[in-house]
Amino acid sequence: MNICISKGRVIDPANGLDKVTNIYISKGQIVAVGRKPPGFEVKKQINVKGQIVIPGLVDLSARIREPGEHCKANIASETRAAAIAGITTLCCPPDTTPVIDTPAVIELIHQRADQSGQAKVVCLGALTHGLQGQRLAEMYSLKEAGCVGVSNAMQAIPDTEVMSRAMEYAVTCDLTVFLQPEDPWLGGGHMHEGAYSTRMGIPPIPETAETVALARDLLLIEATGVRAHFMRLSTARSIEMIRDARKRGLPVTADVSIHQLHFTDKDTENYNSLCHVKPPFRHHSDKEQLIAGVKDGTITAICSDHQPHDHDAKTAPFSMTEPGVSALEVMLPLAIRLADDGQIGLKTIIKTMTVAPAGILGLEAGSLTPGSAADLCIFDPEKNWMVTEKNLVSEGKNTPTLGWEMKGKVTHTILNGRIVYKQ
Amino acid sequence: MITAEKLPENIQVNKKGRLKHFLTTEGLSRQLLTEILDTAENFAGVGERAVKKVPLLRGKTIANLFFEPSTRTRTTFELAAKRLSADVLNINIESSATKKGESLQDTLQTLESMHCDMFVVRHANSGAAHFIASMVSPGIRVINAGDGRHAHPTQAMLDAFTIRRHRGRFSGLKIAIVGDIMHSRVARSEIHAFNTLGVKELRVIAPKTLIPAYMQALGVKVFHDLEAGLRGVDAVIMLRLQNERMQGTLLPSADEFFKMYGLTEERLAHADPEVMVLHPGPINRGVEIDSEVADGPRSVILEQVSYGIAIRMAVMSMCMGSAE
Repeated sequence: MNICISKGRVIDPANGLDKVTNIYISKGQIVAVGRKPPGFEVKKQINVKGQIVIPGLVDLSARIREPGEHCKANIASETRAAAIAGITTLCCPPDTTPVIDTPAVIELIHQRADQSGQAKVVCLGALTHGLQGQRLAEMYSLKEAGCVGVSNAMQAIPDTEVMSRAMEYAVTCDLTVFLQPEDPWLGGGHMHEGAYSTRMGIPPIPETAETVALARDLLLIEATGVRAHFMRLSTARSIEMIRDARKRGLPVTADVSIHQLHFTDKDTENYNSLCHVKPPFRHHSDKEQLIAGVKDGTITAICSDHQPHDHDAKTAPFSMTEPGVSALEVMLPLAIRLADDGQIGLKTIIKTMTVAPAGILGLEAGSLTPGSAADLCIFDPEKNWMVTEKNLVSEGKNTPTLGWEMKGKVTHTILNGRIVYKQ
Repeated sequence: MITAEKLPENIQVNKKGRLKHFLTTEGLSRQLLTEILDTAENFAGVGERAVKKVPLLRGKTIANLFFEPSTRTRTTFELAAKRLSADVLNINIESSATKKGESLQDTLQTLESMHCDMFVVRHANSGAAHFIASMVSPGIRVINAGDGRHAHPTQAMLDAFTIRRHRGRFSGLKIAIVGDIMHSRVARSEIHAFNTLGVKELRVIAPKTLIPAYMQALGVKVFHDLEAGLRGVDAVIMLRLQNERMQGTLLPSADEFFKMYGLTEERLAHADPEVMVLHPGPINRGVEIDSEVADGPRSVILEQVSYGIAIRMAVMSMCMGSAE
């Protein structure tokens, strides 16, 4: 169907565009931005005056809990939540059950996502077999099956030789490795090491749990020449290290979860298990540096790091609860909040959630370039809404933003030219 | 310096500022802590009478929920409850429900339906007592008998009680806590209690491996040298060193720990001549403390145990006596 989205403020960082204009869509693709192409017959006109039109969001990391953890969520529920949140592509890490270390699991996830038809789902394959950090996964076969990168997810690879060989093999397969740096021995605690952890008596996670692993991995990246992406960085020192590495020309990118830009270890006081995350919310000065890193481009992308949990998983004494935040539906509003507070420019922040993560995943997505798939997110930047368990469509209600008044609500999500969500 | 601010809300007190739950010494006023000590003073004589009971909690049921093994603390809580004429239920949860996969929430609901009025809780995880207090129905009271590394408030109060009995005050006193500060809920509760009660100086003495990060933010001076740390102190609180921590990445051996941090008469000579030696027990002779000191004239270790009952009677009666 031929659609014209008219009178919206179109922000497309990939093409340096920010103006009020029209977008023309036909056969699932964007055919023009601005002038109506000759002979284009508008079948459906969507007037979005006062709203902002951006490329559909690309989320670098969302656990959709399928296969393996149906009690927490499933592909249908989470892709629906994604559609409501304006996310048109999401990337699923390999720590499902079974692990994404065989083509069959990738096929299953793709199939279920297609059936649901709410969002595109891509997968990271396992870097080591079973994520056990001992022998290499069949990366070539995984790539053939469609994985967009390889990762050991939150499982560390303590054996340095295994890590080095895995990187070399990834180079051979021309795959990007996605690394979440954590030293397994230093990282055994449950919250940031600081005055709050000492006061609360929670076993701490020092910043060195991240930086020691990051330093090792950077040296191995330099030695092997692998293309690498660092996931979920949390400390100020890590940002400095990435900045230095990029200055020296290392092929590395990095992301941060949207929550790390809003929360600190102080929010964990009173043992709020909704703030139990890994890596942990760190000190205020770390948060400031993460924001600075997004601003200057050291951090290339922001992701939701969506980890839906069932009620029981978060109902226990702090250390016994499972880490993670349900985040799909609050990602965009939290990003808008950073822009509204003047911390990061709106265009920059949209870039970190569209074209930048698409680039990291090697996908032709995240832009409104004519000829590309018509994946769009349209939101009303002035519309307020309240985060409540009832308002969240994701099966996971575990967010520390419960009760927050959010500004910015998605009104339309368009996937391959099809309206998958309309408010 | 990085400092942590006060906890934002205090679920321990009711709207009138009366003690409702006793979860931590942190965030309670000097007035309230003093009231606990004064109330305990009234109960201190009960154990010496021929009839060792007062009828304050007659008809009430108190459940000791121990998710972690304990003999000493559980026994004193049980005695305290019985001396207040309450019915006591001892539930060793480590070996029952949770092993069968029951969630903590379900265990609590089951016990609530048996109409318990108070839970005395010990748990291996920090924050467990807060969690339980936030889960129970409004009429039920919770007392923390030790949660992870976080708090053991009745132990801290009985130490404060012991010191006050001997010195009559807290102002001007210098107190040192020696040993495994990192894992100690006793140390954390003592630090908050003594600072609130107005001691002059609090010190912690331990190797760097047993001192958590940003310790100073809690209002203490950190020493790694025992003799320097003991200089001029009015009370020394020795902490028990757990067996599993004596050899490994925290300490090379128990012998070496004793060499560096063991309390001997010779070292005690650096403290004030009237110094009191406390220990929450059970003591490891020859690991953290020399027998000569433990059994010597400066030791008040056995007094502590009997005062522990009075303190527990005090907080139980105060919590039960407060309105919602």
